Amino acid sequence: MLKYIFKRLVYILIALYIIVTATFFLIQLAPGSPFASERDFPPQIEAQLNAKYGLDNPWYVQYKDYLIDTVTFDFGESMKYKGRSTNDIIAESFPISLTLGIEAMLISVGLGILLGVIAALYHNRFPDYLSSTIAVLGISVPSFILAGLMQYFLAFKLDLFPVSGWKGFSYSILPATAIAITHAGFIAKLTRSSMLEQSSSDYVKMARAKGLGKWTTVFKHTLRNALLPVVTYLGPLTAGVVTGSFIIEQIFAIPGLGKHFVTSITNRDYTVIMGTTVFYSIILLFAVLIVDILYSVIDPRIKLKGAKK
Amino acid sequence: MMKKKLLEVNDLQINFKTYAGIVQAVRGVSFDLYEGETLAIVGESGSGKSVTSNAIMKLIPQPPGIYAGGEILFDGRDIVPLTEKEMSKVRGNEIAMIFQDPMTALNPTMRVGKQITEVILKHNKKVTSAEAKERAIKLLDLVGIPMPEKRFRQYPHEFSGGMRQRVVIAIALAADPKLLIADEPTTALDVTIQAQILELMKDIQKKRNTSIIFITHDLGVVANVADRVAVMYAGQIVEYGTVNDIFYNPRHPYTWGLLGSMPDLKNNEKEELRTIPGSPPDLIHPPKGDAFAARNEFALAIDYEKEPPMFKISDTHYAKTWLLHPDAPQIPIPDAIQKRIQGYLEEAENSGK
Repeated sequence: MLKYIFKRLVYILIALYIIVTATFFLIQLAPGSPFASERDFPPQIEAQLNAKYGLDNPWYVQYKDYLIDTVTFDFGESMKYKGRSTNDIIAESFPISLTLGIEAMLISVGLGILLGVIAALYHNRFPDYLSSTIAVLGISVPSFILAGLMQYFLAFKLDLFPVSGWKGFSYSILPATAIAITHAGFIAKLTRSSMLEQSSSDYVKMARAKGLGKWTTVFKHTLRNALLPVVTYLGPLTAGVVTGSFIIEQIFAIPGLGKHFVTSITNRDYTVIMGTTVFYSIILLFAVLIVDILYSVIDPRIKLKGAKK
Repeated sequence: MMKKKLLEVNDLQINFKTYAGIVQAVRGVSFDLYEGETLAIVGESGSGKSVTSNAIMKLIPQPPGIYAGGEILFDGRDIVPLTEKEMSKVRGNEIAMIFQDPMTALNPTMRVGKQITEVILKHNKKVTSAEAKERAIKLLDLVGIPMPEKRFRQYPHEFSGGMRQRVVIAIALAADPKLLIADEPTTALDVTIQAQILELMKDIQKKRNTSIIFITHDLGVVANVADRVAVMYAGQIVEYGTVNDIFYNPRHPYTWGLLGSMPDLKNNEKEELRTIPGSPPDLIHPPKGDAFAARNEFALAIDYEKEPPMFKISDTHYAKTWLLHPDAPQIPIPDAIQKRIQGYLEEAENSGK
């Protein structure tokens, strides 16, 4: 197991290197500079600024500097917000995004599995149609539309939740739901079809033949086997929750990391772009690793390559 | 000594609702099963043998399945009207089932030991989990699994096909059931393992006096294990009797066909494999008269008009064919079949039965 994890860590490093390199060259190719949006200033000042941030160096020197920054995890000062380092920005806004993300994942996985199990148990009967309808609606309505609708009806009209901002738990419910609902719909569909597939298999019939009740059979036998496709979806789900949060954080005026990630690109805020990209990449790569380990925990037939018992 | 009657099935009818119409899968099946006896139900695919066995366990999904009539008396109690909850006390506890394919019958993500103790704990409220474990290990030992303590903690994928079927049998035996329904338990196994599993089942039956319903399409297996045989065709029992009745004195043309379609290895004769021409009837619209008439080379005119009743041949032997009517022409058993029966008789004599 340790050997396997070590091997995967090496792969993660390679992947990170590729991501960092690709990001660097994409930024280099993009026109504009961090100072383009400011008032016109004399070329001397621009040259000084470029010199200060090392932007006048040839690309290979800049590339080397970036790699060193990345390895030491010190991305330097933001080019837009003077006096704030990239690490500070991440440290300040990431906990907010993390809370939102975890909440959204819990909602989507919990709601998705629940809807899926209900749909499968009452196959082709009313509860199935109801939960399938909810799932399809969830998948087809974009999160920003849902966010707007929820803000208008639940927050503005009914005054159940705050409209926007980030001052406590009640502020997180609407945005987390908005992010989660699409994924919940997806997970519900996955769970339903995989539950149905498992329910017709012999071992479920065998469990019934043992005299186990309907729900005991579901929870002890069917569900665990049915969850494998859902676990597969957890990797993309993490990515989805992260990217989904960019828009939702804008709509709900949440000071999370997603906002910085998007604005840093339009601002050509090179240091912040590099910092947030590397940071998100690490999270996603680790999410994928965790999913792979979860596989072998859920299904003993899956042996991790290189893992020894 | 009179044996106790354990199971009595009377005029059981099972239908399935499908988009095409109502399929009459089981059309009035009746049989008895005594304690410690083995009843083999034979027939081709779609003859209703598996539906009958699932019906006894009440494992027919409803809908689409419908219990259209008849009763299933287990130990004198009709189990058809029992609720799901009452039935869960019977399943696994008094009637247990062995499935056809051991590769899929075990939960792949649960340790083998737990799959056995689960049954013990479900049906014996007083047993502690440590006692259940002990009993499960004994069961694994009983069904011939070496190193049961180690095997107890393994997952199904760490077992071979034959070993898995032994585990399935151990699970079926866990709550010490009175009736074991084996739905083609050896079909998915290779021949040597088949023989071992059959020996094991016979052995267990002797030790525990369990009754067995053995569903199969393999007549060779039937001769090996059964006391009585019910031949099913198109959802009905067409011939019913002891093993000797069915093998030495078959009376129904369908049974002749079945016996004839076994390769004859004993007489060492070169012949083409015989088949029964045609295919089973559509059970959404069962044919008028005898369902087998269209495929029967000895069919009489009345076979197309009126369904034959069960004719009694002896106290143990019944067959559902107009050929047994006193007015029917005397049709002898076809030569090829007669020759085989001769072969069986000689073999039985040689082995000193």
